[in-house]
Amino acid sequence: MAGPSTSAEAAAELASRPGHTTLQATLVRWLLITVSLTFLGALLAAPLAAVFATALEKGWNAYFQSFGDPDTRAAIRLTLTTALIVVPLNTVFGITAAWCIAKFEFRGKSFLITLIDLPLAVSPIVSGLIYVLLFGLNGWFGAWLQEHEISIVYALPGIVLATMFVTFPYVARELIPLMQQLGNDEEEAAITLGAGGWFTFFRVTLPRIRWGLVYGVILCNARAMGEFGAVSVVSGNIRGLTTTMPLHIEILYNEYNFVGAFAVASLLSLLAVVTLIIKTLVERSGYRRR
Amino acid sequence: MKVGQREPNVIPGFGITLGFTTFFLCVIVLIPLAALVLKAGGMDFSRFIEVITSPRALASYRLSFGAAMVAAGVNMVFGFALAWTLVRYDFPGRQFVDAIIDMPFALPTAVSGIALTAVFAGNGWIGQYLEPLGIKVTYTWIGITVALTLIGMPFVVRTVQPALQEVQRDLEDAAETLGAGRFYVFRRIIVPTVLPALLTGFTLAFARAVGEYGSVIFIAGNMPMKTEITPLLIFIKLEEFDYAGAAALGCVMLAISFVMLLAINLLQVWGRKRMMVSR
Repeated sequence: MAGPSTSAEAAAELASRPGHTTLQATLVRWLLITVSLTFLGALLAAPLAAVFATALEKGWNAYFQSFGDPDTRAAIRLTLTTALIVVPLNTVFGITAAWCIAKFEFRGKSFLITLIDLPLAVSPIVSGLIYVLLFGLNGWFGAWLQEHEISIVYALPGIVLATMFVTFPYVARELIPLMQQLGNDEEEAAITLGAGGWFTFFRVTLPRIRWGLVYGVILCNARAMGEFGAVSVVSGNIRGLTTTMPLHIEILYNEYNFVGAFAVASLLSLLAVVTLIIKTLVERSGYRRR
Repeated sequence: MKVGQREPNVIPGFGITLGFTTFFLCVIVLIPLAALVLKAGGMDFSRFIEVITSPRALASYRLSFGAAMVAAGVNMVFGFALAWTLVRYDFPGRQFVDAIIDMPFALPTAVSGIALTAVFAGNGWIGQYLEPLGIKVTYTWIGITVALTLIGMPFVVRTVQPALQEVQRDLEDAAETLGAGRFYVFRRIIVPTVLPALLTGFTLAFARAVGEYGSVIFIAGNMPMKTEITPLLIFIKLEEFDYAGAAALGCVMLAISFVMLLAINLLQVWGRKRMMVSR
Protein backbone atom coordinates (compact mmCIF):
# COMPACT_ATOMS: atom_id res chain seq x y z
CA MET A 1 0.00 0.00 0.00
CA ALA A 2 2.79 2.42 -0.81
CA GLY A 3 0.50 4.09 -3.32
CA PRO A 4 -1.50 6.53 -1.23
CA SER A 5 1.50 7.61 0.79
CA THR A 6 3.58 8.29 -2.29
CA SER A 7 0.86 10.24 -3.96
CA ALA A 8 0.12 11.95 -0.68
CA GLU A 9 3.66 13.18 -0.60
CA ALA A 10 3.39 14.44 -4.15
CA ALA A 11 0.17 16.23 -3.45
CA ALA A 12 1.38 17.83 -0.27
CA GLU A 13 4.61 18.95 -1.88
CA LEU A 14 2.69 20.74 -4.53
CA ALA A 15 -0.08 21.95 -2.32
CA SER A 16 2.46 23.73 -0.17
CA ARG A 17 3.58 25.77 -3.16
CA PRO A 18 0.62 27.57 -4.69
CA GLY A 19 2.38 28.21 -7.99
CA HIS A 20 3.05 24.51 -8.53
CA THR A 21 -0.46 23.12 -8.28
CA THR A 22 -1.02 20.74 -11.15
CA LEU A 23 -3.96 18.66 -12.21
CA GLN A 24 -2.23 15.51 -10.95
CA ALA A 25 -1.60 17.00 -7.53
CA THR A 26 -5.19 18.09 -7.19
CA LEU A 27 -6.41 14.64 -8.21
CA VAL A 28 -4.16 12.93 -5.69
CA ARG A 29 -5.20 15.31 -2.99
CA TRP A 30 -8.88 14.65 -3.52
CA LEU A 31 -8.28 10.94 -3.91
CA LEU A 32 -6.56 10.84 -0.54
CA ILE A 33 -9.23 12.91 1.16
CA THR A 34 -11.88 10.63 -0.36
CA VAL A 35 -10.12 7.45 0.80
CA SER A 36 -9.67 8.78 4.34
CA LEU A 37 -13.21 10.01 4.65
CA THR A 38 -14.71 6.84 3.17
CA PHE A 39 -12.77 4.81 5.72
CA LEU A 40 -14.02 7.02 8.53
CA GLY A 41 -17.54 7.05 7.14
CA ALA A 42 -17.86 3.28 6.88
CA LEU A 43 -16.22 2.60 10.21
CA LEU A 44 -17.55 5.42 12.36
CA ALA A 45 -20.22 7.60 10.80
CA ALA A 46 -22.39 4.81 9.36
CA PRO A 47 -22.57 2.79 12.62
CA LEU A 48 -23.31 5.95 14.60
CA ALA A 49 -26.10 6.91 12.21
CA ALA A 50 -27.38 3.30 12.34
CA VAL A 51 -27.78 3.60 16.13
CA PHE A 52 -30.22 6.48 15.78
CA ALA A 53 -31.90 5.09 12.66
CA THR A 54 -32.62 1.74 14.34
CA ALA A 55 -33.72 3.38 17.58
CA LEU A 56 -36.23 5.49 15.67
CA GLU A 57 -37.22 2.85 13.14
CA LYS A 58 -40.66 2.43 14.71
CA GLY A 59 -41.14 6.11 15.33
CA TRP A 60 -40.63 8.54 18.19
CA ASN A 61 -43.40 7.00 20.27
CA ALA A 62 -41.79 3.58 20.36
CA TYR A 63 -38.49 5.29 21.07
CA PHE A 64 -39.75 7.14 24.11
CA GLN A 65 -41.81 4.18 25.25
CA SER A 66 -38.69 2.07 25.52
CA PHE A 67 -37.50 4.38 28.30
CA GLY A 68 -40.68 3.67 30.24
CA ASP A 69 -39.53 0.09 30.80
CA PRO A 70 -38.68 -0.21 34.54
CA ASP A 71 -35.60 -2.35 33.81
CA THR A 72 -34.26 0.26 31.43
CA ARG A 73 -34.83 2.94 34.05
CA ALA A 74 -33.09 0.80 36.65
CA ALA A 75 -30.13 0.38 34.29
CA ILE A 76 -29.87 4.13 33.73
CA ARG A 77 -30.05 4.71 37.48
CA LEU A 78 -27.36 2.12 38.17
CA THR A 79 -25.04 3.62 35.55
CA LEU A 80 -25.48 7.10 37.03
CA THR A 81 -24.94 5.81 40.57
CA THR A 82 -21.77 4.01 39.54
CA ALA A 83 -20.39 7.05 37.74
CA LEU A 84 -21.30 9.27 40.72
CA ILE A 85 -19.22 7.07 43.02
CA VAL A 86 -16.35 6.26 40.70
CA VAL A 87 -15.64 9.60 39.03
CA PRO A 88 -15.21 11.68 42.22
CA LEU A 89 -13.02 8.99 43.81
CA ASN A 90 -10.80 8.72 40.78
CA THR A 91 -10.66 12.51 40.52
CA VAL A 92 -9.41 12.79 44.09
CA PHE A 93 -6.94 10.01 43.39
CA GLY A 94 -5.80 11.67 40.16
CA ILE A 95 -5.18 15.02 41.84
CA THR A 96 -3.36 13.41 44.76
CA ALA A 97 -1.18 11.26 42.51
CA ALA A 98 -0.39 14.20 40.24
CA TRP A 99 0.54 16.39 43.22
CA CYS A 100 2.91 13.81 44.61
CA ILE A 101 4.47 12.92 41.25
CA ALA A 102 4.71 16.40 39.75
CA LYS A 103 5.74 18.39 42.82
CA PHE A 104 8.34 16.09 44.35
CA GLU A 105 11.41 14.12 43.35
CA PHE A 106 11.68 10.61 44.68
CA ARG A 107 13.08 7.26 43.72
CA GLY A 108 10.77 4.90 41.86
CA LYS A 109 8.71 7.73 40.40
CA SER A 110 8.62 6.46 36.83
CA PHE A 111 7.77 3.00 38.13
CA LEU A 112 4.84 4.51 40.02
CA ILE A 113 3.63 6.21 36.82
CA THR A 114 3.84 2.90 34.95
CA LEU A 115 1.78 1.20 37.66
CA ILE A 116 -0.87 3.91 37.51
CA ASP A 117 -1.11 3.44 33.72
CA LEU A 118 -1.30 -0.34 34.06
CA PRO A 119 -5.12 -0.68 33.93
CA LEU A 120 -5.13 0.84 30.43
CA ALA A 121 -3.12 -2.11 29.15
CA VAL A 122 -5.19 -4.81 30.84
CA SER A 123 -8.06 -6.52 28.99
CA PRO A 124 -11.46 -5.47 30.40
CA ILE A 125 -12.31 -9.12 31.01
CA VAL A 126 -9.19 -9.53 33.17
CA SER A 127 -10.13 -6.31 35.00
CA GLY A 128 -13.40 -7.91 36.04
CA LEU A 129 -11.93 -11.35 36.59
CA ILE A 130 -9.51 -10.16 39.29
CA TYR A 131 -12.38 -8.99 41.51
CA VAL A 132 -14.29 -12.21 41.01
CA LEU A 133 -11.18 -14.11 42.10
CA LEU A 134 -10.96 -11.94 45.21
CA PHE A 135 -14.59 -11.60 46.22
CA GLY A 136 -16.45 -14.29 44.26
CA LEU A 137 -17.97 -17.32 45.96
CA ASN A 138 -14.85 -19.43 45.34
CA GLY A 139 -12.56 -16.41 45.69
CA TRP A 140 -10.06 -15.53 48.41
CA PHE A 141 -12.55 -13.68 50.59
CA GLY A 142 -15.63 -15.45 49.23
CA ALA A 143 -16.37 -17.64 52.24
CA TRP A 144 -15.78 -14.83 54.74
CA LEU A 145 -18.03 -12.44 52.80
CA GLN A 146 -20.79 -15.00 52.61
CA GLU A 147 -20.58 -15.62 56.36
CA HIS A 148 -21.04 -11.92 56.99
CA GLU A 149 -23.67 -11.62 54.27
CA ILE A 150 -21.77 -9.00 52.34
CA SER A 151 -22.14 -9.20 48.59
CA ILE A 152 -19.54 -7.53 46.43
CA VAL A 153 -19.58 -9.54 43.23
CA TYR A 154 -22.97 -9.56 41.47
CA ALA A 155 -23.81 -6.35 43.31
CA LEU A 156 -23.09 -2.62 43.26
CA PRO A 157 -19.71 -2.76 45.08
CA GLY A 158 -18.28 -5.14 42.48
CA ILE A 159 -19.51 -2.97 39.61
CA VAL A 160 -18.00 0.09 41.30
CA LEU A 161 -14.65 -1.66 41.88
CA ALA A 162 -14.38 -2.94 38.30
CA THR A 163 -15.32 0.46 36.90
CA MET A 164 -12.83 2.13 39.23
CA PHE A 165 -10.09 -0.17 37.94
CA VAL A 166 -10.66 0.56 34.26
CA THR A 167 -11.00 4.33 34.76
CA PHE A 168 -8.23 4.51 37.35
CA PRO A 169 -5.54 6.29 35.25
CA TYR A 170 -7.65 8.82 33.32
CA VAL A 171 -7.47 11.90 35.58
CA ALA A 172 -3.95 11.18 36.83
CA ARG A 173 -2.39 10.78 33.40
CA GLU A 174 -3.97 14.04 32.25
CA LEU A 175 -2.77 16.00 35.28
CA ILE A 176 0.74 14.59 35.77
CA PRO A 177 2.31 15.98 32.57
CA LEU A 178 0.36 19.22 32.91
CA MET A 179 1.53 19.87 36.48
CA GLN A 180 5.08 18.85 35.64
CA GLN A 181 5.10 21.36 32.84
CA LEU A 182 3.71 24.15 35.03
CA GLY A 183 6.47 23.70 37.61
CA ASN A 184 6.58 24.54 41.29
CA ASP A 185 7.50 28.25 41.27
CA GLU A 186 4.09 29.74 41.96
CA GLU A 187 3.24 27.24 44.70
CA GLU A 188 6.64 27.84 46.29
CA ALA A 189 6.04 31.59 46.22
CA ALA A 190 2.63 31.19 47.84
CA ILE A 191 3.97 28.92 50.58
CA THR A 192 6.95 31.18 51.24
CA LEU A 193 4.58 34.12 51.62
CA GLY A 194 2.78 32.19 54.33
CA ALA A 195 -0.13 30.53 52.54
CA GLY A 196 -1.24 27.16 53.81
CA GLY A 197 -1.17 23.96 51.78
CA TRP A 198 -4.91 23.80 51.05
CA PHE A 199 -5.10 27.50 50.32
CA THR A 200 -2.21 27.16 47.86
CA PHE A 201 -3.88 24.23 46.16
CA PHE A 202 -7.27 25.87 45.75
CA ARG A 203 -6.07 29.36 44.92
CA VAL A 204 -2.84 28.75 43.02
CA THR A 205 -2.76 25.23 41.59
CA LEU A 206 -6.40 24.50 40.83
CA PRO A 207 -7.06 27.53 38.61
CA ARG A 208 -4.05 26.62 36.50
CA ILE A 209 -4.93 22.94 36.07
CA ARG A 210 -8.69 23.34 35.72
CA TRP A 211 -8.88 22.61 31.99
CA GLY A 212 -6.72 19.55 32.28
CA LEU A 213 -8.90 18.44 35.17
CA VAL A 214 -12.12 18.91 33.17
CA TYR A 215 -10.52 16.99 30.30
CA GLY A 216 -9.53 14.05 32.49
CA VAL A 217 -12.84 13.98 34.36
CA ILE A 218 -15.04 13.89 31.24
CA LEU A 219 -12.98 11.09 29.69
CA CYS A 220 -13.09 9.19 32.99
CA ASN A 221 -16.85 9.69 33.13
CA ALA A 222 -17.40 8.53 29.53
CA ARG A 223 -15.45 5.37 30.15
CA ALA A 224 -17.13 4.79 33.53
CA MET A 225 -20.63 5.01 32.07
CA GLY A 226 -19.75 2.95 29.02
CA GLU A 227 -17.62 0.14 30.44
CA PHE A 228 -18.91 -3.22 29.30
CA GLY A 229 -16.42 -6.09 29.62
CA ALA A 230 -15.19 -5.58 33.17
CA VAL A 231 -18.65 -4.82 34.52
CA SER A 232 -20.14 -7.74 32.61
CA VAL A 233 -17.85 -10.15 34.50
CA VAL A 234 -18.69 -8.87 37.99
CA SER A 235 -22.33 -7.99 37.47
CA GLY A 236 -23.93 -11.39 37.04
CA ASN A 237 -26.44 -9.71 34.71
CA ILE A 238 -29.36 -9.76 37.10
CA ARG A 239 -31.97 -7.92 35.09
CA GLY A 240 -33.18 -4.69 36.64
CA LEU A 241 -30.76 -5.10 39.54
CA THR A 242 -27.15 -5.32 38.42
CA THR A 243 -27.34 -4.36 34.76
CA THR A 244 -25.79 -1.05 33.80
CA MET A 245 -26.79 0.61 30.53
CA PRO A 246 -24.22 -1.20 28.35
CA LEU A 247 -25.21 -4.55 29.88
CA HIS A 248 -28.88 -3.76 29.44
CA ILE A 249 -28.18 -3.10 25.75
CA GLU A 250 -26.82 -6.63 25.49
CA ILE A 251 -29.89 -8.15 27.16
CA LEU A 252 -32.36 -6.26 24.97
CA TYR A 253 -30.31 -7.01 21.87
CA ASN A 254 -30.25 -10.73 22.61
CA GLU A 255 -34.02 -10.63 23.05
CA TYR A 256 -34.30 -9.09 19.56
CA ASN A 257 -35.74 -5.95 21.11
CA PHE A 258 -33.74 -3.80 18.70
CA VAL A 259 -35.62 -0.56 19.25
CA GLY A 260 -35.06 -0.88 23.00
CA ALA A 261 -31.40 -1.82 22.65
CA PHE A 262 -30.62 0.94 20.19
CA ALA A 263 -32.63 3.48 22.20
CA VAL A 264 -30.37 2.88 25.20
CA ALA A 265 -27.40 2.88 22.82
CA SER A 266 -28.52 6.24 21.46
CA LEU A 267 -28.36 7.72 24.96
CA LEU A 268 -24.81 6.48 25.38
CA SER A 269 -23.93 7.77 21.91
CA LEU A 270 -25.24 11.19 22.89
CA LEU A 271 -23.07 11.00 25.99
CA ALA A 272 -20.09 10.30 23.74
CA VAL A 273 -20.99 13.22 21.48
CA VAL A 274 -21.33 15.57 24.47
CA THR A 275 -17.98 14.30 25.79
CA LEU A 276 -16.31 15.08 22.47
CA ILE A 277 -17.90 18.53 22.33
CA ILE A 278 -16.67 19.42 25.83
CA LYS A 279 -13.27 18.01 24.93
CA THR A 280 -13.10 20.13 21.78
CA LEU A 281 -14.21 23.23 23.70
CA VAL A 282 -11.53 22.62 26.32
CA GLU A 283 -8.93 22.32 23.57
CA ARG A 284 -10.19 25.54 21.97
CA SER A 285 -9.79 27.31 25.30
CA GLY A 286 -6.08 26.93 24.85
CA TYR A 287 -5.55 23.65 26.65
CA ARG A 288 -3.40 21.45 24.46
CA ARG A 289 -3.18 17.74 24.79
CA ARG A 290 0.36 16.48 24.96
CA MET B 1 11.80 6.94 49.30
CA LYS B 2 13.09 10.38 50.16
CA VAL B 3 12.79 13.85 48.74
CA GLY B 4 15.65 14.65 46.40
CA GLN B 5 18.44 16.84 47.71
CA ARG B 6 18.73 19.12 44.69
CA GLU B 7 16.75 21.93 46.26
CA PRO B 8 14.92 22.28 49.53
CA ASN B 9 11.24 21.71 48.72
CA VAL B 10 8.87 23.92 50.68
CA ILE B 11 5.72 22.45 49.16
CA PRO B 12 3.75 20.47 51.72
CA GLY B 13 1.91 17.19 51.39
CA PHE B 14 4.54 14.80 50.08
CA GLY B 15 4.05 12.09 52.67
CA ILE B 16 0.28 12.14 52.64
CA THR B 17 -0.15 12.28 48.87
CA LEU B 18 2.39 9.55 48.26
CA GLY B 19 0.81 7.44 51.00
CA PHE B 20 -2.70 7.91 49.64
CA THR B 21 -1.60 7.23 46.05
CA THR B 22 0.24 4.06 47.00
CA PHE B 23 -2.60 2.85 49.20
CA PHE B 24 -5.26 3.43 46.55
CA LEU B 25 -3.07 1.87 43.89
CA CYS B 26 -2.54 -1.23 46.03
CA VAL B 27 -6.21 -1.68 46.89
CA ILE B 28 -7.65 -1.10 43.43
CA VAL B 29 -4.92 -2.36 41.12
CA LEU B 30 -2.03 -4.26 42.65
CA ILE B 31 -3.69 -6.58 45.18
CA PRO B 32 -6.41 -7.71 42.74
CA LEU B 33 -3.82 -8.34 40.03
CA ALA B 34 -1.71 -10.25 42.54
CA ALA B 35 -4.76 -12.37 43.37
CA LEU B 36 -4.95 -13.38 39.73
CA VAL B 37 -1.31 -14.42 39.59
CA LEU B 38 -1.58 -16.25 42.93
CA LYS B 39 -4.70 -18.11 41.81
CA ALA B 40 -3.01 -19.28 38.63
CA GLY B 41 0.21 -19.98 40.57
CA GLY B 42 -1.69 -22.17 43.00
CA MET B 43 -2.65 -24.50 40.18
CA ASP B 44 -0.86 -27.71 39.45
CA PHE B 45 1.74 -26.75 36.82
CA SER B 46 0.82 -29.47 34.35
CA ARG B 47 -2.84 -28.52 34.68
CA PHE B 48 -1.92 -24.87 34.06
CA ILE B 49 -0.09 -25.82 30.85
CA GLU B 50 -2.97 -28.06 29.84
CA VAL B 51 -5.47 -25.21 30.19
CA ILE B 52 -3.46 -22.58 28.36
CA THR B 53 -2.49 -24.94 25.51
CA SER B 54 -5.87 -26.63 25.02
CA PRO B 55 -6.93 -26.63 21.34
CA ARG B 56 -9.78 -24.25 22.11
CA ALA B 57 -7.42 -21.80 23.85
CA LEU B 58 -4.87 -22.03 21.04
CA ALA B 59 -7.56 -21.33 18.45
CA SER B 60 -8.67 -18.30 20.46
CA TYR B 61 -5.10 -16.91 20.67
CA ARG B 62 -4.71 -17.34 16.93
CA LEU B 63 -7.92 -15.43 16.33
CA SER B 64 -7.29 -12.68 18.91
CA PHE B 65 -3.71 -12.13 17.74
CA GLY B 66 -4.42 -12.52 14.04
CA ALA B 67 -7.42 -10.19 13.99
CA ALA B 68 -5.68 -7.62 16.23
CA MET B 69 -2.61 -7.73 13.99
CA VAL B 70 -4.62 -7.27 10.77
CA ALA B 71 -6.70 -4.50 12.38
CA ALA B 72 -3.58 -2.64 13.57
CA GLY B 73 -2.07 -3.07 10.09
CA VAL B 74 -5.17 -1.68 8.39
CA ASN B 75 -5.09 1.22 10.84
CA MET B 76 -1.43 1.86 10.05
CA VAL B 77 -2.32 2.42 6.39
CA PHE B 78 -5.61 4.28 6.74
CA GLY B 79 -4.60 5.97 9.98
CA PHE B 80 -1.56 7.39 8.22
CA ALA B 81 -3.72 8.55 5.31
CA LEU B 82 -6.15 10.18 7.76
CA ALA B 83 -3.38 11.87 9.75
CA TRP B 84 -1.80 13.08 6.52
CA THR B 85 -5.11 14.43 5.24
CA LEU B 86 -5.74 16.24 8.52
CA VAL B 87 -2.25 17.72 8.83
CA ARG B 88 -1.50 18.69 5.24
CA TYR B 89 -4.79 19.39 3.52
CA ASP B 90 -7.49 21.88 4.15
CA PHE B 91 -11.00 20.85 3.20
CA PRO B 92 -14.48 21.75 4.35
CA GLY B 93 -15.24 20.07 7.67
CA ARG B 94 -11.62 19.33 8.50
CA GLN B 95 -12.02 20.43 12.12
CA PHE B 96 -15.13 18.33 12.49
CA VAL B 97 -13.36 15.26 11.14
CA ASP B 98 -10.44 15.98 13.45
CA ALA B 99 -12.80 16.07 16.44
CA ILE B 100 -14.66 12.83 15.66
CA ILE B 101 -11.43 10.82 15.33
CA ASP B 102 -11.62 10.43 19.13
CA MET B 103 -15.15 9.04 18.97
CA PRO B 104 -14.10 5.41 19.58
CA PHE B 105 -12.46 6.56 22.85
CA ALA B 106 -15.72 8.04 24.06
CA LEU B 107 -18.20 5.60 22.52
CA PRO B 108 -19.02 2.62 24.76
CA THR B 109 -17.84 -0.63 23.22
CA ALA B 110 -21.27 -2.27 23.47
CA VAL B 111 -22.68 0.53 21.34
CA SER B 112 -20.03 0.23 18.65
CA GLY B 113 -20.55 -3.54 18.77
CA ILE B 114 -24.27 -3.54 18.01
CA ALA B 115 -23.94 -0.60 15.62
CA LEU B 116 -21.25 -2.30 13.52
CA THR B 117 -23.29 -5.50 13.48
CA ALA B 118 -26.31 -3.58 12.22
CA VAL B 119 -24.33 -1.88 9.46
CA PHE B 120 -22.36 -4.91 8.28
CA ALA B 121 -25.11 -7.56 8.57
CA GLY B 122 -26.39 -9.10 5.34
CA ASN B 123 -29.27 -6.62 5.25
CA GLY B 124 -27.30 -3.69 6.69
CA TRP B 125 -26.31 -0.48 4.92
CA ILE B 126 -22.87 -1.74 3.94
CA GLY B 127 -23.34 -5.48 4.35
CA GLN B 128 -25.96 -5.66 1.60
CA TYR B 129 -23.32 -4.60 -0.94
CA LEU B 130 -20.61 -6.87 0.42
CA GLU B 131 -22.66 -10.05 0.70
CA PRO B 132 -23.29 -10.45 -3.09
CA LEU B 133 -19.50 -10.14 -3.54
CA GLY B 134 -19.12 -13.17 -1.31
CA ILE B 135 -17.77 -11.15 1.62
CA LYS B 136 -19.54 -12.12 4.80
CA VAL B 137 -18.53 -9.76 7.60
CA THR B 138 -20.75 -10.48 10.58
CA TYR B 139 -20.11 -13.69 12.52
CA THR B 140 -16.73 -14.21 10.82
CA TRP B 141 -13.17 -13.16 11.59
CA ILE B 142 -13.63 -10.24 9.18
CA GLY B 143 -16.27 -8.75 11.44
CA ILE B 144 -13.99 -9.15 14.45
CA THR B 145 -11.25 -7.35 12.52
CA VAL B 146 -13.64 -4.53 11.58
CA ALA B 147 -14.57 -4.02 15.24
CA LEU B 148 -10.92 -4.05 16.32
CA THR B 149 -10.04 -1.60 13.54
CA LEU B 150 -12.63 0.85 14.83
CA ILE B 151 -11.38 0.83 18.41
CA GLY B 152 -7.71 1.03 17.38
CA MET B 153 -8.10 3.81 14.81
CA PRO B 154 -7.65 6.86 17.08
CA PHE B 155 -4.46 5.44 18.59
CA VAL B 156 -2.69 5.47 15.20
CA VAL B 157 -4.07 8.82 14.02
CA ARG B 158 -3.34 10.55 17.31
CA THR B 159 0.26 9.33 17.51
CA VAL B 160 1.08 9.96 13.83
CA GLN B 161 -0.53 13.42 13.67
CA PRO B 162 1.95 15.27 15.93
CA ALA B 163 4.87 13.45 14.28
CA LEU B 164 3.73 14.61 10.84
CA GLN B 165 3.48 18.15 12.15
CA GLU B 166 7.09 17.83 13.28
CA VAL B 167 8.36 17.06 9.77
CA GLN B 168 10.40 20.07 8.82
CA ARG B 169 8.91 21.49 5.64
CA ASP B 170 12.02 23.55 4.93
CA LEU B 171 13.98 20.30 4.89
CA GLU B 172 11.63 18.95 2.23
CA ASP B 173 11.96 22.16 0.25
CA ALA B 174 15.74 22.08 0.54
CA ALA B 175 15.87 18.48 -0.64
CA GLU B 176 13.69 19.27 -3.60
CA THR B 177 15.71 22.35 -4.50
CA LEU B 178 18.77 20.12 -4.54
CA GLY B 179 17.04 17.92 -7.10
CA ALA B 180 15.51 15.16 -4.99
CA GLY B 181 12.42 13.53 -6.45
CA ARG B 182 9.18 13.54 -4.52
CA PHE B 183 9.33 9.86 -3.70
CA TYR B 184 12.91 10.30 -2.51
CA VAL B 185 11.86 13.12 -0.19
CA PHE B 186 9.04 10.97 1.14
CA ARG B 187 11.29 7.99 1.73
CA ARG B 188 14.27 9.83 3.19
CA ILE B 189 12.67 12.67 5.15
CA ILE B 190 9.04 11.94 5.95
CA VAL B 191 9.14 8.19 6.61
CA PRO B 192 12.14 8.32 8.99
CA THR B 193 10.55 11.14 11.02
CA VAL B 194 7.17 9.46 11.30
CA LEU B 195 8.27 5.84 11.61
CA PRO B 196 8.63 5.66 15.43
CA ALA B 197 5.19 7.25 15.85
CA LEU B 198 3.68 4.92 13.28
CA LEU B 199 5.09 1.86 15.04
CA THR B 200 4.00 3.18 18.44
CA GLY B 201 0.51 3.73 17.08
CA PHE B 202 0.48 0.22 15.65
CA THR B 203 1.52 -1.26 19.01
CA LEU B 204 -1.02 0.81 20.98
CA ALA B 205 -3.80 -0.22 18.61
CA PHE B 206 -2.69 -3.85 18.76
CA ALA B 207 -2.46 -3.84 22.56
CA ARG B 208 -5.96 -2.41 22.87
CA ALA B 209 -7.38 -4.80 20.27
CA VAL B 210 -5.95 -8.02 21.75
CA GLY B 211 -7.90 -7.60 24.98
CA GLU B 212 -11.03 -6.01 23.50
CA TYR B 213 -14.32 -7.67 24.41
CA GLY B 214 -17.42 -5.47 24.19
CA SER B 215 -17.36 -4.43 20.56
CA VAL B 216 -16.32 -7.90 19.37
CA ILE B 217 -18.80 -10.27 20.95
CA PHE B 218 -21.81 -8.84 19.11
CA ILE B 219 -20.29 -9.12 15.67
CA ALA B 220 -18.27 -12.31 16.25
CA GLY B 221 -20.93 -15.02 16.44
CA ASN B 222 -18.82 -16.60 19.19
CA MET B 223 -18.44 -20.12 17.82
CA PRO B 224 -15.86 -22.20 19.74
CA MET B 225 -12.68 -22.85 17.73
CA LYS B 226 -13.87 -20.47 15.01
CA THR B 227 -14.94 -17.03 16.15
CA GLU B 228 -14.22 -17.19 19.87
CA ILE B 229 -11.71 -14.61 21.14
CA THR B 230 -9.57 -15.26 24.23
CA PRO B 231 -11.38 -12.75 26.52
CA LEU B 232 -14.66 -14.50 25.71
CA LEU B 233 -13.15 -17.86 26.57
CA ILE B 234 -12.19 -16.44 29.99
CA PHE B 235 -15.75 -15.22 30.42
CA ILE B 236 -17.13 -18.67 29.56
CA LYS B 237 -14.76 -20.37 32.04
CA LEU B 238 -16.02 -18.01 34.75
CA GLU B 239 -19.63 -18.78 33.92
CA GLU B 240 -18.78 -22.45 34.35
CA PHE B 241 -17.26 -21.55 37.75
CA ASP B 242 -13.88 -22.79 36.52
CA TYR B 243 -12.03 -20.02 38.39
CA ALA B 244 -8.62 -21.64 38.05
CA GLY B 245 -9.02 -22.06 34.29
CA ALA B 246 -10.14 -18.45 33.94
CA ALA B 247 -7.20 -17.30 36.07
CA ALA B 248 -4.74 -19.28 33.94
CA LEU B 249 -6.00 -17.70 30.71
CA GLY B 250 -6.17 -14.34 32.47
CA CYS B 251 -2.48 -14.70 33.31
CA VAL B 252 -1.70 -15.28 29.64
CA MET B 253 -3.57 -12.09 28.75
CA LEU B 254 -1.83 -10.21 31.56
CA ALA B 255 1.58 -11.40 30.35
CA ILE B 256 0.72 -10.16 26.86
CA SER B 257 -0.25 -6.77 28.37
CA PHE B 258 3.13 -6.51 30.09
CA VAL B 259 5.01 -7.38 26.89
CA MET B 260 3.01 -4.75 24.99
CA LEU B 261 3.68 -2.12 27.69
CA LEU B 262 7.37 -2.88 27.47
CA ALA B 263 7.31 -2.66 23.66
CA ILE B 264 5.49 0.69 23.78
CA ASN B 265 7.99 2.11 26.26
CA LEU B 266 10.96 0.93 24.21
CA LEU B 267 9.44 2.37 21.02
CA GLN B 268 8.92 5.73 22.71
CA VAL B 269 12.50 5.82 24.00
CA TRP B 270 13.72 4.94 20.50
CA GLY B 271 11.52 7.64 18.95
CA ARG B 272 12.79 10.29 21.34
CA LYS B 273 16.41 9.33 20.63
CA ARG B 274 15.83 9.63 16.90
CA MET B 275 14.23 13.01 17.40
CA MET B 276 17.26 14.26 19.28
CA VAL B 277 19.72 12.95 16.68
CA SER B 278 17.82 14.59 13.85
CA ARG B 279 17.92 17.99 15.52
